[in-house]
Amino acid sequence: MMQEIITKSADQNRRYKEQVNVAQYLSFTLDNEEYGVDILRVQEIRSWEPVSRIPNVPHYEKGVVNLRGSIVPIIDLREKLGIKFTDYTLLTVVVVLQTNDNNKTRTMGVVVDSVSDVINLDKTKIQDAPDFGAKVSNEFINGLVSVNDRMVILLDVDKLLKLEEPEEQEVSEN
Amino acid sequence: MSIDMSQFHQVFFEECFEGLEVMESGLLNLDTGDIDSEVINTIFRGAHSIKGGSGTFGFNEVADFTHVMETLLDEMRDGRRKVTQPAIDVLLGSVDCLRTMLASIQAEESVDSATVGMYKNALEIELSGLASESSPLVSVATPSANESTEAIPLGDAAEVESVEQGWKIAFCPYLDLLKTGNDPVRMFRELAELGQYSVTVNTRDIPAFDKLDPEECNMSWALEVVGDIPLAEIQEIFNWVEGDCELDIQPLAKKKPKAALVEKPAEPEPILPTPSSTVIEPPQITAVAVALKETVKTPSSKAEPQQSDNDPAKAAVKAANTIRVDTTKIDALINMVGEVVITQSMLTLIGENFSMDKLAQLKRGLSQLERHIRDMQQSVMNIRMVPISFVFSRFPRLVHDISAKLGKKIELKLIGENTEVDKAVVELLSDPIVHLIRNSLDHGIEMPTDRIAAGKPEIGTIELNAYHRGGHIVIEITDDGRGLDRKKLIVKAVEKGLIEDNSVLSDKQAYELIFLPGFSTAESITDISGRGVGMDVVRRNIQSLGGNIEIISEYGKGTTISIHLPLTLAIIDGQSVAVGNEIYIVPLVSIKESINITENMINKIAGKNETYRLRDRYIPVIRMHEIFNVKPANKTNSGEGVIVVVERQGVLCGLFVDELLGPQQVVVKSLEANYRRVQGVSGATILGDGSVALILDIPGLVRFSNRKSPASLKPQDSRNDARNYH
Repeated sequence: MMQEIITKSADQNRRYKEQVNVAQYLSFTLDNEEYGVDILRVQEIRSWEPVSRIPNVPHYEKGVVNLRGSIVPIIDLREKLGIKFTDYTLLTVVVVLQTNDNNKTRTMGVVVDSVSDVINLDKTKIQDAPDFGAKVSNEFINGLVSVNDRMVILLDVDKLLKLEEPEEQEVSEN
Repeated sequence: MSIDMSQFHQVFFEECFEGLEVMESGLLNLDTGDIDSEVINTIFRGAHSIKGGSGTFGFNEVADFTHVMETLLDEMRDGRRKVTQPAIDVLLGSVDCLRTMLASIQAEESVDSATVGMYKNALEIELSGLASESSPLVSVATPSANESTEAIPLGDAAEVESVEQGWKIAFCPYLDLLKTGNDPVRMFRELAELGQYSVTVNTRDIPAFDKLDPEECNMSWALEVVGDIPLAEIQEIFNWVEGDCELDIQPLAKKKPKAALVEKPAEPEPILPTPSSTVIEPPQITAVAVALKETVKTPSSKAEPQQSDNDPAKAAVKAANTIRVDTTKIDALINMVGEVVITQSMLTLIGENFSMDKLAQLKRGLSQLERHIRDMQQSVMNIRMVPISFVFSRFPRLVHDISAKLGKKIELKLIGENTEVDKAVVELLSDPIVHLIRNSLDHGIEMPTDRIAAGKPEIGTIELNAYHRGGHIVIEITDDGRGLDRKKLIVKAVEKGLIEDNSVLSDKQAYELIFLPGFSTAESITDISGRGVGMDVVRRNIQSLGGNIEIISEYGKGTTISIHLPLTLAIIDGQSVAVGNEIYIVPLVSIKESINITENMINKIAGKNETYRLRDRYIPVIRMHEIFNVKPANKTNSGEGVIVVVERQGVLCGLFVDELLGPQQVVVKSLEANYRRVQGVSGATILGDGSVALILDIPGLVRFSNRKSPASLKPQDSRNDARNYH
């Protein structure tokens, strides 16, 4: 049930840290779009399993699971980014990420359609996301990059997983 | 290369506070008539190790202060000084003072130098009282004192009050001293050759680094040279700088060391005079001198109890992050882990080529593993357990001080001090107990004359008893004082408008009145108790720990207050309930009863607010699936369910759930560690099947449901639930 597809290899990290301009990203798909997160933030990848629902929170916060004794919230990235919701299947995976919120490290899981690849990027090639004005929120987006002529959207894990204050959350709930 | 000493500070502080506790209990046991040298030795050792430690860590204020105490104790130990009550009082006061100092240093606050000065002064007055009495012995005392301060050679000269000869030099060079080619360091070295020498530097005038001119000398020094030295020799050293500085050379006066000290520009933290070193905070240290000058009076006994009020609590809060564990407990745990490893390897062996005939073996192995793990869990929990004497040990002092102040004669009996409780509980428990004991002291026990008139023994008794009962710890505070007067309580409560004029109350209900906010029957408000803010806070604190508090009292005979608390906060007894597909845990302490009901037993008010008739009263109903937006199980649609009657702070409320699943002990896990606080939920736990269940926070839930009236709830999003169970 709990399959770990990726573990960070320590010497690999070291090698890439030495090359300052190279960054590694884990890419995954959401409704045919390709997204990437900094691989150093990825703790593990698990298959989807039922969560315990948390009452009265925004709809994209699906609930919590038991991750080896600690309680970890699961967030649906499709819903968080406003993409149409699809049912979870056997292939649905949860990427467990480490986030930093006010100097507090949290562990959270995000639900994605599937994990694609580990990509090595030249940091200088990352472009800023174009400003869509008020139409589309790009606050979570770190930048865009092309890999094999496909566009990969790089997400800022901390901003993406910043929890809203409970007051706001009630408004969005009802 | 220097070692970062600050990593050892925490250990040092803990040792100090322990040492102080030992000293305090020793002092309280010290009988003025009959001197037990072992007790004095114990006190002395406590003071000595604090002095040594603080010297090593550079807390010279503490070291200096302790040194004076030590000198006094040393004389008591050698029998050169009689142990008198005033001396003990001064020493007790000094213990408090030390505790404050250490607590402020630990909190990285500035030390209250006025108080320190006051106590130091008092100690010295006590000491000098001796000097006139038995002066021949003074010279004996000095070498031993010097010997013991070897670890801190620079700090000791300040207190070597009994040495007759020496010079005190105040040396304030002008800014351009260095430009004239003079080097203070060289001069000080010469001074050092003359005799035992100490120096303190005043860095008060050093400007901020960006404004600092390295060629200017912004410091001044206070030097002390001890020994038989002619004035001319000292003057010779300073000959070259005479025009470039302010110089004041004075003989070190015998018996009045502090008078000399007053004139110093600054005190402790000896630093070698290199212009770049700035460490101390001179303004506050100068305050020592000022305070010393002003405080001529001995410390009033009034100041002492106040001190002891604030400090232990502060210290307890600060020391909260570490725990001392008996090594036998750790050994037991390691043993257990060894057993688990052995069992695990045995199971691996069975599993490697498993066949059905090994089934019995496998089952045996599994049950062994289960037993070992349970034992291991127990011993881990055991590590968090500390004896309740942690809290109890401070009460003899409290009772001693307060009873002396009130003029009452009170004996404190401690029973079951070794009863073990979770450390977190112990820490939160101490304030409520302090409060209850103060109440007993102030209101409970009568004045000796009243007691004799009532035919009771003159000496009142307060008994503190702790014991385990069924997974709970019970703490009883019993006094044989005047007891609670139920008539007076009721009159007072009516007066304050807390109850109706002609309400009929049972004894228990009447006694419960004292837990109401703003309730006090004390005729006069003292600084010990009577403000009427206390008991409701006590009860709230106890309840927040998941416990309860009860009063049994007989008018004229005495009062017993018993506190029931869970042994640990990490594991609670819970009742699991099903709501739709979700499982929630209701803490067992809040559950009064559970009743099977059907829909038609619920009455509506104005079409929405629902009530249930529990025997002769109506209680509000909270529908869990509505408030938590859970799709109800089919059973609820047919109108069947269970009302779990919960109580918090006397208010009853019914939780409407689908069914009860059974009681179980649950390990409390934090939701906030990775997530956030959720309304109506106090935490989470992991069930046997590995899934997560939320633990309900009953008061929070009630508040939440009041705010979120059912009308505002939208029909729940059924899709939301279905989705989770693919």
